Amino acid sequence: MVPAPAYLALSAVLFTLGAVGVLVRRNALIIFMAVELMLNSVNLAFVTFARQHGSIDGQVAVFFVLVVAAVEVVVGLALIVDIFRSRETVDIDDVDLLRG
Amino acid sequence: MEWAVFVPTAALALAGGVGVIAARQPVHSALALLMVLASLAVSYLLLAAQFIAVLQVIIYAGAIVVLFLFVIMLLHARSGEGPREKLPRQRAEAYVFAALYLGVLLAAALGAAAPLASIAAEFGTAQQVGESLFTTYLLPFELASVILLVGIVAATVLGRRPPEHAGRGKG
Repeated sequence: MVPAPAYLALSAVLFTLGAVGVLVRRNALIIFMAVELMLNSVNLAFVTFARQHGSIDGQVAVFFVLVVAAVEVVVGLALIVDIFRSRETVDIDDVDLLRG
Repeated sequence: MEWAVFVPTAALALAGGVGVIAARQPVHSALALLMVLASLAVSYLLLAAQFIAVLQVIIYAGAIVVLFLFVIMLLHARSGEGPREKLPRQRAEAYVFAALYLGVLLAAALGAAAPLASIAAEFGTAQQVGESLFTTYLLPFELASVILLVGIVAATVLGRRPPEHAGRGKG
């Protein structure tokens, strides 16, 4: 049997990788994929805790995370396409109209 | 026995995670993301979450990654990163804080060492998850459909080409 902390450690490392991706990369598409990585690592933690406590609630939470992630990707990619159409770039450093 | 499946799966997931954030081409990032998603589906099976594993393959690998690939191909021209850095210190600081954060997360994860509960054979089947969804979580389940509708409407509005005669005044 693989103990729960092994899965949780994998989840923690994946979440940190996603956070580094969001902080370091400037291509909006890759930042988006890093956010998906973080959502998936949280899903892994949910499933691990559901198994650890023998309760199905954690798996139901993963279901809702999946729904929100799907909608987030659809709306976010539509925004990126719209920005690309008007500004010809997906580099987030080039989209700074709100800069003070 | 389970270790023989878990260790290669975890290694593939970590390699894919590094690939997502390190790849030069967005297409390579998307394929690395696909590898992470498939590896996590395998670990869901190890954790007795067969329904979630199937959902992971259908929704994430089947729909979301394909959507990413479509958009990458749509924006292929000039979708790279320029050499310019507006915040030159951001990269180094990001690594430092990520390392600290990982330390905190690992301390919390390894501190959560409790024995695994014994579970029934039907734990994690579509029937059991569905029963929970349609009884305890009925209201959130219905709200999820509203969220999906909002997503459809938003994508349609944002993806619409502006009418030709109106010009591009909103940009």
